[in-house]
Amino acid sequence: MESYLPIIWAAIIGFAVAMYVILDGFDLGIGILFPFADRERDRDQMMNSVAPFWDGNETWLVLGGGGMMVAFPLANSIIQPALYVPVIVMLLALVFRGVAFEFRWIGVTSKRHWTFAFAAGSALAAFCQGLVLGGLIQGIDVRNGAFAGGTFDFATPFAMLCGLGLVAGYALLGATWLVMKTEGPVAEHSRRQAKLLLLVVLAFLAIVSVWTPIAFERIAERWFSLPNILFFWWVPAATLLAAFAAWRWLGSRRDVLPFLAAIAMFLLGYLGLLISNFPYLIPPSLTVWDTAAAPATQIFMLMGTLVMLPIIVSYTIFVYWIFGGKLREGEGYH
Amino acid sequence: MDFDPVFVSRLQFAFTIIFHIIFPTFTIGLSAFIATLCVMWMRTGREHYRVLARFWTKIFAVSFAMGVVSGVVLSYQFGTNWSRFSAVVGNVIGPMIGYEVLVAFFLEATFLGILLFGWNRVPPWLHTLAAITVATGTLMSAFWILSANSWMQTPAGYEMRDGIAYPLDWLAIVFNPSFPFRLAHMVTAAYLTTSFVVLAVGARYMLAGTHLEHARTMIRMGVAFAAIVAPLQLFIGDQHGLNTLKHQPLKIAAIESHWDGSQPGELVLFAWPDETAETNRFAVTIPHGASIMLTHSWDGLFPGLASVPPEDRPPVKPPFFAFRIMVGIGMLMILASWVGVVLWRRGRLFKAQWYLWPAQHAWWIGFVAVISGWVVTETGRQPWVAYGLLRTADAASPVAANAVATTLVLFVLVYGVVFTMGIYYINRLIARGPQDSAAEMLHSAPLAPSLSEVVPNGRDDRAGAGWPIRASVKPASVE
Ligand code: HDD
Ligand code: HEM
Ligand code: HEM
Repeated sequence: MESYLPIIWAAIIGFAVAMYVILDGFDLGIGILFPFADRERDRDQMMNSVAPFWDGNETWLVLGGGGMMVAFPLANSIIQPALYVPVIVMLLALVFRGVAFEFRWIGVTSKRHWTFAFAAGSALAAFCQGLVLGGLIQGIDVRNGAFAGGTFDFATPFAMLCGLGLVAGYALLGATWLVMKTEGPVAEHSRRQAKLLLLVVLAFLAIVSVWTPIAFERIAERWFSLPNILFFWWVPAATLLAAFAAWRWLGSRRDVLPFLAAIAMFLLGYLGLLISNFPYLIPPSLTVWDTAAAPATQIFMLMGTLVMLPIIVSYTIFVYWIFGGKLREGEGYH
Repeated sequence: MDFDPVFVSRLQFAFTIIFHIIFPTFTIGLSAFIATLCVMWMRTGREHYRVLARFWTKIFAVSFAMGVVSGVVLSYQFGTNWSRFSAVVGNVIGPMIGYEVLVAFFLEATFLGILLFGWNRVPPWLHTLAAITVATGTLMSAFWILSANSWMQTPAGYEMRDGIAYPLDWLAIVFNPSFPFRLAHMVTAAYLTTSFVVLAVGARYMLAGTHLEHARTMIRMGVAFAAIVAPLQLFIGDQHGLNTLKHQPLKIAAIESHWDGSQPGELVLFAWPDETAETNRFAVTIPHGASIMLTHSWDGLFPGLASVPPEDRPPVKPPFFAFRIMVGIGMLMILASWVGVVLWRRGRLFKAQWYLWPAQHAWWIGFVAVISGWVVTETGRQPWVAYGLLRTADAASPVAANAVATTLVLFVLVYGVVFTMGIYYINRLIARGPQDSAAEMLHSAPLAPSLSEVVPNGRDDRAGAGWPIRASVKPASVE
């Protein structure tokens, strides 16, 4: 039993991170698309389409971070100092984009500034999350169970690439969300943007898929050795298929399906990362077992999580359903 | 430049958490106030309460957003700035923070959406339910985080193996010795602080001669609630202190600036504690006062600061002065609320300018008391971060001091901007005042017309779903 606990916990945290990336992904994506909107009232409509949800969405980030501290305190105490700068900058960026949701409606002369804060905060937060991801994949300098590297070790070209890739990915989620949730000029504009973004995201996925096996031997080994490749070949194939479907649906005036296809692309990319790195929590040295919390801690927390997660998911769905349907131009919940 | 990384980390944590606690203090109290208004609206059907609830909900939204973003920062700082802390006590502290996320944060954050944006979308009962849920969520959040903090003050139910804390008994951990007192004291503090804010806003309208009916309700609710809760807080605080004497005697010694434990304690009204000479300068004291309060006997003894070597003592000035500020404000609140009750009984509450004017300007006193209280608690437990088992100096991350100092500067700048604008906007919302439905429609123009125009015809999927809960129910009062 005890050797399974860390796996169960890795799955729970993986679930929280996936929920975060998808849910806050489209929120942040909307901020990233802000500068490209035509009119201020289009921006109002875009922001309104996520206003009731963003806070709940961001809470998955707290669950992911809190979950790390609960289940893998040692990993947590290594990763966070190592990625100190991107994590703190991400938090500061989230401060701006979070308060902008409220401040932008109250400010009159200052509305422009909060429009900017919302856009810049969203883009910066997304970029920093990409840096964190890249920083993790490329590995952390660990000695005696503690971080032993320098402040800017994370800042490699590869990490920058991941940062940009995530910005594009979130923008894609945001654009397809708008196709689903809005009507009128905003929806049409987003439809065109989504197609372009689809191509950009595919390009990033392709670069990362080529780069990681070349740069990291363990990843090449994982994917291309026999029999692994027989098990895994469908992941990239399915990603391509999802992208193709999204393209078609965007063209055929479907509203909900492109968003679902974009989510599928994200989940498949995420699966690819898991395949590359499992069971390492901190590649290339520490696994989920090396860094797990005491079993008593993991069990105590597991009981609560198994009860609470389904409840949380249910009322989250309930609230999305309450605010379901399309948001017309000029309409808001405010 | 060279900084001591532990010192800048402490500075950064102190700054970010003092910033954070301002908002929970207000949102815990305000969510309860809004829920009360919603319930009164449901029971009486009076538009008056709905308008008030809606007005405070806007202010709540701004405060809540600031509370959320500053809270997310904190939850990550355990890892970024106190990584050795999370490595050593993570097994015990981690789950409490985890439970806070699972039972509280998701609940409040999700139902907040309905509370803020559901006015014209969900039926009144569901809206009221959402308000109650958010208020409950804030309480549960306080429960878990205060349990975590209390465990750090008075650890229980664990054992140390190879320098790492392992849980033994979860009940003993969660309900550790100082937790009940701290929970009661903090929640009461939040309600008390909020009632003074509500009173201040009511007084402001009353003096300005606007929104008179709303002003009367706010003044009455503020005064009545404070008059009950302020004396209660004195009692809880006293019990809290007696309990602390049992578990953290040096904290009490620092609060009383009591150096020599072989002498009965005098009650120091004012002094300038001199840490090197181990004595109080310019002291104004009541002999035997502290002994009577803490031990209930004339010659009762309690430990003095000099009983341990200097490196094991907490700093004296912060707990000493902060405690006097907190208690001073507590006394002032008791006085202010009871004067209000007397005026009310004599029917002069709404006319007494000399009373309303200070009340209008005293909205911030509760926040100062709360921050002072936390400074007492947190500096008084130094040099330990987890009392008796992990020193603060050993808890910091292996992060370069310059990086911490730089991010500290960033935090100060960003929070400075956000806080200034937040206060400014809240003030603007207050200046705009509660608005009845007609004015409301003018202000949030887009919503109301589009609904009335859309609902009768049925609206693509929404009306088609035919669910009473979601079908854009217009509250009876929107006419
Ligand atoms: C007495 C109450 C109290 C105290 C001592 C703290 N908090 Fe807090 N916190 C709250 C009461 C609260 C609250 C009332 O639940 C929130 C919700 C919005 C707000 O304004 O405060 C909040 C929000 C909030 C959030 C955002 C939740 C969301 O997404 O909805 C996080 C992550 C934290 N806090 C974390 C912390 C940490 C790590 C603390 C200590 C080091 C801390 N809080 C002290
Ligand atoms: C919410 C109100 C709180 C306030 C205003 C507050 C205030 C402070 C202050 C002023 C310090 C610096 C003390 C010093 O360095 O001398 C501090 C330190 C600290 N507090 Fe609190 N605190 C609060 C709650 C909490 C809670 C709930 C926790 C944990 C669950 C916590 C954990 C810590 C830690 C880990 C430190 C760092 C160690 C240190 O610098 O002493 N605090 N806090
Ligand atoms: C009226 C008399 C009061 C007394 C005798 C009193 C007593 C105390 C004591 C002894 C502590 C430190 C406990 C410890 O660290 O172990 C404390 C902390 C605190 N006080 Fe007070 N207090 C009073 C009024 C107030 C008021 C009016 C407020 C706010 C409105 C307040 C807010 C706090 C807070 C937030 C803390 C820190 C959290 C905690 O440890 O409970 N107190 N108080």
